[in-house]
Amino acid sequence: MQRMVINRILIGIATLWVVSVLVFVGTAVLPGDVAEIVLGQAATPESLAAYRAERGLDQPLAFQYMDWLGGMMTGDLGTSKAGGASIASLISGRLGNTMFLAAVVAIIAVPLSVALGLLAAMHPGTWIDRVLTFGTLSLISVPEFFIATFMVLILAVQLHWLPAIAHVSPEDDWLKQLRGLAMPMIVLIIVVAAQMIRMTRAGILNVMNSPYIEMAILKGVPRTRIILRHAFYNAIGPIVNVIALNLAYLVSGVVIVETIFAYPGLAKLMIDGVQTRDLPLVQACGMIFCGTYVVLIILADVAAILSNPRLRNPK
Amino acid sequence: MTDSTQENQEPEVKSKYDELPDAPPKKKIKLSWVGKTGVTIVVFWLVMCLIGPTIAPFHEADIIAYDSFMPIFTETEGEGMHWLGTDYLERDIMSRIIWGARTTIGIAVVATLLAYLFGVTLGIAAAVAGGWTDMALSRVNDAILSLPTIMLGLLIVVALGASIPVLIGTATVIYASSVFRIARALGQDIMVMDFVEAARARGEGLWWVITREVLPNAAMPLATDFGLRLVFVVLFIASMSFLGLGIQPPAADWGSMVRQNLEGLGYGSYAAVWPALAIATFTISINLIVDDISAKEGGSLAKKMI
Repeated sequence: MQRMVINRILIGIATLWVVSVLVFVGTAVLPGDVAEIVLGQAATPESLAAYRAERGLDQPLAFQYMDWLGGMMTGDLGTSKAGGASIASLISGRLGNTMFLAAVVAIIAVPLSVALGLLAAMHPGTWIDRVLTFGTLSLISVPEFFIATFMVLILAVQLHWLPAIAHVSPEDDWLKQLRGLAMPMIVLIIVVAAQMIRMTRAGILNVMNSPYIEMAILKGVPRTRIILRHAFYNAIGPIVNVIALNLAYLVSGVVIVETIFAYPGLAKLMIDGVQTRDLPLVQACGMIFCGTYVVLIILADVAAILSNPRLRNPK
Repeated sequence: MTDSTQENQEPEVKSKYDELPDAPPKKKIKLSWVGKTGVTIVVFWLVMCLIGPTIAPFHEADIIAYDSFMPIFTETEGEGMHWLGTDYLERDIMSRIIWGARTTIGIAVVATLLAYLFGVTLGIAAAVAGGWTDMALSRVNDAILSLPTIMLGLLIVVALGASIPVLIGTATVIYASSVFRIARALGQDIMVMDFVEAARARGEGLWWVITREVLPNAAMPLATDFGLRLVFVVLFIASMSFLGLGIQPPAADWGSMVRQNLEGLGYGSYAAVWPALAIATFTISINLIVDDISAKEGGSLAKKMI
């Protein structure tokens, strides 16, 4: 078991390395020279050479990569193209906001969706199950911004309950901050919960097909007891896996939601960077997001290994 | 998913063989009314893709109205009816949605087909060749799969700039990797079947085995998956356009239409809602059809007894 877990972690590290190469090379093949873009009209051969020497752009690509990777690991993320501010300082403020949003969403969405998934699995074919399966299928089939648009329409425009823009500033009291956060939170919870409910339900129903459940049914054990005592414990592994996968899914959800509500998070910073083609900034944000994603996927795999007795004790 | 569909086919095959020893089992797909509604809506949008521009009242880039964010059913002098009102640049929304069907669905279909072409070819090749080829292809594929799709999209767009070919290429790379995974798994399953062994023993070449045995047997699971994959591609393209990094104006596409008209919500305009609904009807319908087909293949004890 230990070997499998260590193996998985090593694969994860290798993946992260491949990702870093992809991110670096991908952004380095950009048509046009960074020095020319930055200096623009004022570029003379001397100033271009000086700029390249200062940034190490005259070095071979492999050296530049090592330099960049070393910087990433030591927390020196370089300077932003726009304004020349240090990227670490730009990111540090935003990262906290995004982590806070993701954490609140996870704390609410995970118990909610496991409970609803269980509810649907306990009463398959009834109206509760039908409403939940149809509702969640519809929700996962539409883009995040569709849900966001409707939430703005209902909660902000029609009912005036919440502001349409997530404007949070540290000076506000917590109630005001909560109101500002409510809209992106609700949208993300809906997006993530829909996936988790479906997968929890499928996980339980999958266990329900096993022979020992058939045995319990034939013995006349009540349905609720079968699910809570027999099926649930065996479905914990898949469910933990689902939770980790969906927290990873938050990474993409956050990009859209932060853009719509102008929430000052890391994803918004990255999108702004993409639009101004601020390479170092996009590279740094991309590495943080991809790194988080890879780590969560590894956690999902490890959870799956740990919760499965057959994988835990290989022959 | 692929494993369960294969397992579920077995009992059906046996029962049919009892009646007709020689006949191959024929699969008839009967849809419930939910599935039929889905098919109707999907066909509607596909027709719109083909003939949309000829029946749309206005051109997608025409700035025709007198006012932006006009409500639905507004009639303007000399121009006619604006069934769904106008957008932020005073263009007719219904016409733009009809034009956008071709852009959004067209690009998604092209990208999905390309993803299938590359994914299936490489996946089957990896399954048949095995060894180092399989190793190398699978590792690269895992690296692509281990990234969030939208991040990969953002990184590619920042490097190459936003344009339709880049968008199609990005979607192809991202979704070919998941098709590769499925095709490889299916190919590996089929390659160890008795009928493949029989064909090889008969002296059939590799190409014959792939085209006559492997592909026909992998076709049905791959076809079901095509619908799901198309939904993902539509959502991906819509999201990229929504972020302003996909299809560029003035071409109408559903994702960017939502973003551009988002501010209208504040003035009580529903301009952003209609293109969002267009995406939703298309993607939900495909998922309903797929759901309906896979539900027919199920039928477990738990479902019957509980």
